[in-house]
Amino acid sequence: MLKPLDENTGYGLGRRPIFPLDACNVGFSDGGRQLLDRVSLTLTQGLKTVIMGANGAGKSLLMRVLHGLVKPEVGAVLWARVPADAEVMSRQAMVFQKPSLLRRSAEGNIQFVLGHLNRSEAESRTREILERAGLSAVARTPARLLSGGEQQRLAVARALALEPDILFLDEPCASLDPASTMAVEEMIETAHQTGTKIVLVTHDIGQARRLADEIVFMSGGRIAEHTAARQFFDGPVSAAARDYLAGRLHVPGYSAGT
Amino acid sequence: MTDPASIFLLAMGLVTSGNPELYGIIWLSLRVSLTAVAISCLIGLPLGAALAVVTFPGRGAVIAVLNAFMGLPPVVVGLVVYLLLSRSGPFGVLGLLYTPTAMIIAQALLVTPLIAALARQSLADLHLEYDELFRSLRLGATDKIAALIWDGRYSLSTVALAGFGRAIAEVGAVIIVGGNIEHVTRVMTTAIALETSKGDLALALALGLILVGLAVAVNVAVLSLNRAAKRLAYA
Amino acid sequence: MRLTSIAATALVALATASTAAHAQDPFIILQSTTSTENSGLFKHILPIFKAKTGIDVRVVAVGTGQALKNGAKGDGDVVLVHTKAAEEKFVADGFGVKRIEVMYNDYVIVGPDSDPAKVAGSKDAVAAMKKIADAKAPFASRGDDSGTHKAELDLWAPAGVDVKAASGDWYRSTGSGMGQTLNTASGMNAYALADRGTWISFKNRGSLKIVVEGDAKLFNQYGVMLVNPAKHPHVKAKEGQAFIDWLVGADGQNAVRSFKIEGEQLFFPNAATGELKKAG
Ligand SMILES: Nc1ncnc2c1ncn2[C@@H]1O[C@H](COP(=O)(O)OP(=O)(O)OP(=O)(O)O)[C@@H](O)[C@H]1O
Ligand SMILES: [Mg+2]
Repeated sequence: MLKPLDENTGYGLGRRPIFPLDACNVGFSDGGRQLLDRVSLTLTQGLKTVIMGANGAGKSLLMRVLHGLVKPEVGAVLWARVPADAEVMSRQAMVFQKPSLLRRSAEGNIQFVLGHLNRSEAESRTREILERAGLSAVARTPARLLSGGEQQRLAVARALALEPDILFLDEPCASLDPASTMAVEEMIETAHQTGTKIVLVTHDIGQARRLADEIVFMSGGRIAEHTAARQFFDGPVSAAARDYLAGRLHVPGYSAGT
Repeated sequence: MTDPASIFLLAMGLVTSGNPELYGIIWLSLRVSLTAVAISCLIGLPLGAALAVVTFPGRGAVIAVLNAFMGLPPVVVGLVVYLLLSRSGPFGVLGLLYTPTAMIIAQALLVTPLIAALARQSLADLHLEYDELFRSLRLGATDKIAALIWDGRYSLSTVALAGFGRAIAEVGAVIIVGGNIEHVTRVMTTAIALETSKGDLALALALGLILVGLAVAVNVAVLSLNRAAKRLAYA
Repeated sequence: MRLTSIAATALVALATASTAAHAQDPFIILQSTTSTENSGLFKHILPIFKAKTGIDVRVVAVGTGQALKNGAKGDGDVVLVHTKAAEEKFVADGFGVKRIEVMYNDYVIVGPDSDPAKVAGSKDAVAAMKKIADAKAPFASRGDDSGTHKAELDLWAPAGVDVKAASGDWYRSTGSGMGQTLNTASGMNAYALADRGTWISFKNRGSLKIVVEGDAKLFNQYGVMLVNPAKHPHVKAKEGQAFIDWLVGADGQNAVRSFKIEGEQLFFPNAATGELKKAG
């Protein structure tokens, strides 16, 4: 039975929609500390979502919950209104805050996720992907000997090699120089243009301004604000966001005022 | 006659004489122990990797037992295999007792727990490093195990060498299931035991020296193979 | 990947080699004792048998008790040991076809040069054992249920010595083969009972020498038996019987007689002298 072109994913025939992605009342605690506090969030396809917030706000944890690596204690994550099944799981990819590369060459890292292709296909795909990530010259270098920027590019390239419908990126440009940052941002932008939903965590306000369509601002395990990017940067509503953008330490319950 | 210098000269003399009997024994030792270790690796490496990857109730107990089995006394293993392979035992019809195959079985049984336990130990650390990525890629257990073994292969080759060291040096198991039959099941260690029982301590020591040399040679070979493989992989 | 396939090929070659070796010759397994193996007797006589019949005799050398047990389990085709009573029981229990006497040698009591029990030169083995016990001089015993061990116990009994009570004191039960026990005796300057064959070819004597020999009680008879094919159908009865026939026949007996170390004959063939006479 043929299905019409799927508007929701932008992908071809036979793929069921996975958006919107809903976090419903998600909670997670650790020894009495509420790390995620009744988080509810709806992410739609097509917008680049940037998650911001102070260190320890729960950004990485939320991403893990959304990606299905951590099971929330309460609440649920729904994809197009139903919990993720194996197929939905396989349509996601994530780039971790600490780039977790295999102890293999750069090309070995890419080939590892192309197991479904035959050998010659995988090899030519790998060349193509490394080329696009600007890593052709270091294809056979052990991944752990690459520079920090090269490692991040490799991690992003590997995630994109999966051709995911949604890509989670946890501070992919931390400690990268401006040129490398630009390169990674370009890769993200290309992915977005080919229909991949982007969810990105960053502390780099400039990057957020460049990439974000919408901002999710977290503070103390809660979502303090979820607004369009322009609105967020022009006039953040929450005190925590105002403090964050102004470079001040936010003390809950105490508003620094303006 | 048993001073170090004359033992060394005796050992050198034996090796250079090209004595076919000695070379037969050396060859059999290598054949038996290398085959046993290869079999142990085929079983023990995936087993160790699986224990590093899969969590199930009772896993801790399995690991504890495996660790304890690293110290299995060779005689006990030999005895068990003897009872299994004896004509009166369950596998007697195979007629394997007193053959190199029986020795391989005994050494494989002896070495598998060691290889599995050491592999688990060394792959558990690697798994910690890979865990999130594996789960993000939704890998199944077999894929995880294969990836861990492949990426851990250099440290696993050291594990295999530890297994080889235990196999080539043991006498308790092979003497029971092999019977130390001349030209058939006599290996370095049983030959040493025999010469010792004949009171020819000098010859026994010289054979021991050759055995140590053999172990060193195998270790050097594996390590240089490793280095060559690394060069090849990243050429 | 290339390396993996090379390794796999090497492995297969190795495994095939281990099974291919020696598959061509017909062979039998002879369960025998350390005393005969260590003396070098088999090395001398088996090639002669092989040249004549093409049959390979694979010797498993353990204690008499172990050899009989292995034979009873069917883990051997022929048993050649030296404890008459146990052999007769083996046949009576149906494990062996028939016991045939092959040859004999004798036991000797060896002890340190210093001879603390003052038994050197004696021809009375039982009296010597009693003296050793009285002097509480160290004595190293096989303690392994072997023929030699049983022969030793047969000397202690008439001497009225309870070695069990002395074990760990002056009586040291080594639980090992003849050579191993002699190594122990040599190391601790102990007395020991040994078969002459092993003693003559033993190299690590230290200060040990023969102190008692020549007593009729030290006579050591070897018997050979085919493991009963009725009990263990896989027994190679034809080849096994061929070996026994050869061993107790003129050729085998001559081969045993011609085995000498430093000019000294170690075993004295005495198989079915009647048959020899008939032949002669
Ligand atoms: N699986 C977990 N179990 C227990 N505690 C956790 C777990 N994951 C995260 N935490 C805790 O939750 C808090 C939020 O962690 P998280 O990594 O989400 O912070 P973050 O917002 O990403 O901060 P950063 O900007 O520093 O990366 C931290 O205090 C962390 O220790
Ligand atoms: Mg984080």
